[in-house]
Amino acid sequence: MARRGLFFVAPAVLLMLAIYIIPMLVLAVFSVTDYQLGAMSTSFVGLDNFRKAFSDPVFLRALWNTVLYAVIVIPAGVILALGVALLVYNRKRSRGFWEIAYFLPVTATLVAMATVFQFLLHPSLGPVNAAIKWFGFEPVGFLSNPSLLIPTMAIIGIWQVLGFNMVLFLAGLTAIPKDLHEAVRLDGAKNPIDRFLTVTLPMLGPTMMFVIVTTSISAFKVFETVAVLTKGRSGSEVLLFALYLEGFEYSNTGYAAALTLIFLAIVLVLSIGQTVHMDRKVHY
Amino acid sequence: MAALRRYLPHVVLAAGAFVMLLPFYWMFLTSIRSPAEIFSVSLWPIPEKFAALDNYSRAASQVPMLRFMMNGVIVCFGILIVQVLTAVPAAYALAKLRFPGRKLLLTLVIAALTVPIQALALPLFVGLAKAQLLNTYFAMMMPFLLSVFAIFLFNQSFRSYPDEIIEAARMDGFSELEICFRLVLRGSLPSLAAFSVFSLVAHWNDLYWPMIVVTDTNLAPPPLGMLFFADVESGANYGALMAGATIITAPMVVCFLLARKHFIAGITMTGVK
Repeated sequence: MARRGLFFVAPAVLLMLAIYIIPMLVLAVFSVTDYQLGAMSTSFVGLDNFRKAFSDPVFLRALWNTVLYAVIVIPAGVILALGVALLVYNRKRSRGFWEIAYFLPVTATLVAMATVFQFLLHPSLGPVNAAIKWFGFEPVGFLSNPSLLIPTMAIIGIWQVLGFNMVLFLAGLTAIPKDLHEAVRLDGAKNPIDRFLTVTLPMLGPTMMFVIVTTSISAFKVFETVAVLTKGRSGSEVLLFALYLEGFEYSNTGYAAALTLIFLAIVLVLSIGQTVHMDRKVHY
Repeated sequence: MAALRRYLPHVVLAAGAFVMLLPFYWMFLTSIRSPAEIFSVSLWPIPEKFAALDNYSRAASQVPMLRFMMNGVIVCFGILIVQVLTAVPAAYALAKLRFPGRKLLLTLVIAALTVPIQALALPLFVGLAKAQLLNTYFAMMMPFLLSVFAIFLFNQSFRSYPDEIIEAARMDGFSELEICFRLVLRGSLPSLAAFSVFSLVAHWNDLYWPMIVVTDTNLAPPPLGMLFFADVESGANYGALMAGATIITAPMVVCFLLARKHFIAGITMTGVK
C-alpha cells in the first residue's frame, strides 16, 4: 500500500522538486549575490540587492505605478462587476446574452486585444478620440501623455477583469436563499436599496472578499498591456516589467532575484488574505 | 415610471455591453476594411470595399501566423496531457492511499498554489539556459508540467469517490492504475473538463514565459507571435494587424461561444487558485 502510494506520487514529487523547491532555493541564493548570467565570477553581497532596490528610482517608480494601477483597477473592477451582476441576475430571458457580452473579454488573448486598444485609442484614427472630438473636446493622448499611461492601462485591466468578477458575484448571488429577501420585505424593507444593504451585501461578504483578493493579485501581475503598448517606457514602468527587464534583458540575475522576492512577498501577503478567508469563511 | 423601471436595467446593461464589445467589433471591422477607409473613422458595419482577403493574407505572409497557432496547439496540449498524467495519480494517492509523507506533500501542494510562475521564472530560465534548452518546445512547457492546482482540485473531487467500489475493483483484479484512471477519474469528468478549459485558456493566452525562453519566431506561440507581428507592422497597416489579432483571438472566443458553461466553470476556477 505505502509502496503503491509513493509510486503514484513519484512523478509529481520529482516535478515539484524541479519546478518549485530547487528553483526557490536557487532564487534565494541568487538574491544575495551579484550573479550575472554568463559572468565569470560571482560574489556574496548580503542584502545589498534589497538595499539597492529601495533606492533605485526605476524600481520605486515601477512599484508606485503598480500600486496606482491596482488602486484604480480594484475598486472599479469590483464595484462595476457587482453592479452588472445585480442587473444580470434579475434578467430572465436575456441573461445568457449579457453573460456572453461581459465575459467575452476574459477569454480573449490580452496581447491581441491590447493591440486593438492601441488602435481604438489612437489620437487621429481611433473611434474613441473621434467621439471625444465630436463632443467638442480636445483629443486625449491616452498612450502619448506619460501621466495617462497607467490610467489607460487600468481601463483595459478593468475591461478584462469585469466579466470574471461578474461571474463570481453571480455565483454568490445564486447562493443567497430567496425567502430571505421575502422575509426582509415583510419586515418593512420596501426599498430595493434597503434590501440590498440589509440582505444582499452582507450575504455576499465571502464572495466580495474573494473577488477583492483575486483582483488585487491579478492587478499586481499587470504585464501584457505594458509589453504591447509601451514596452515599459517612462511613465509606465510596472513591477513585473521591471523584473523582466532586469532579469532577462539586462541579465542582472542577482538583482532581479531580489526584486522577484519582493514581488513574491507582495503576492503572498495578498494570498494570505485569501487562504484565511477560505479556511474560516467570512461570517455574516 | 413603471416603464422606466422595466427598461432601465436593459439600457444600462446595453451601454456597458457596447463598451465591452466595441474592441471586438472594431477589430473585426478593421480586418475586413480597405486601408483607405481606416482613415475615415466610422463605425458603419459594411465596408465600401471588402479587403478581408488582402488583410488576412498579409497577416499570414508577413509572419508565420499558422505556425504560431500550431505552436500554441502543441504547447497547450503538451502541457495539458502531462499535467493530467502527473496530477491524477498523485491526487488519487493523496485521496485514497496511505503512504509516508502524505501530509507533507499536501502541505507543499497548498503552499505551491500561492507561488506564481513569475516568481520561479528566473531560476528556471538560468537552468534551461545552462542546459542549452532555450528556444525549444520543452522550455515552453517545462514550468507547467506539474499543476499543483490540478492535484488540489482532483484531490478534492476524488475524495468523495466511494471506497467500497475501489475495494471491489481490487478484488476483481483491477490494477491500481486502472482503478485510478478508468474508475475514479471517470467519476470526476466535470472536474477534468473544467480543468482542461482552465489550462488551455491560461497557456494559450500566456505571454510572460514564452517571451523569456523563446526568441525564435518559428517557435512563438500566438501571443508572442502577435507581439512580433505588432513590431514588424509598427502601426503601418492596421487592417493586417487587426486580421492577425482576429486570427489569434478567434479560437478561444469560438470555443467560449460553443461551450459557455464549461468555459465559465473552468476560468472562474482560477479564482479558487
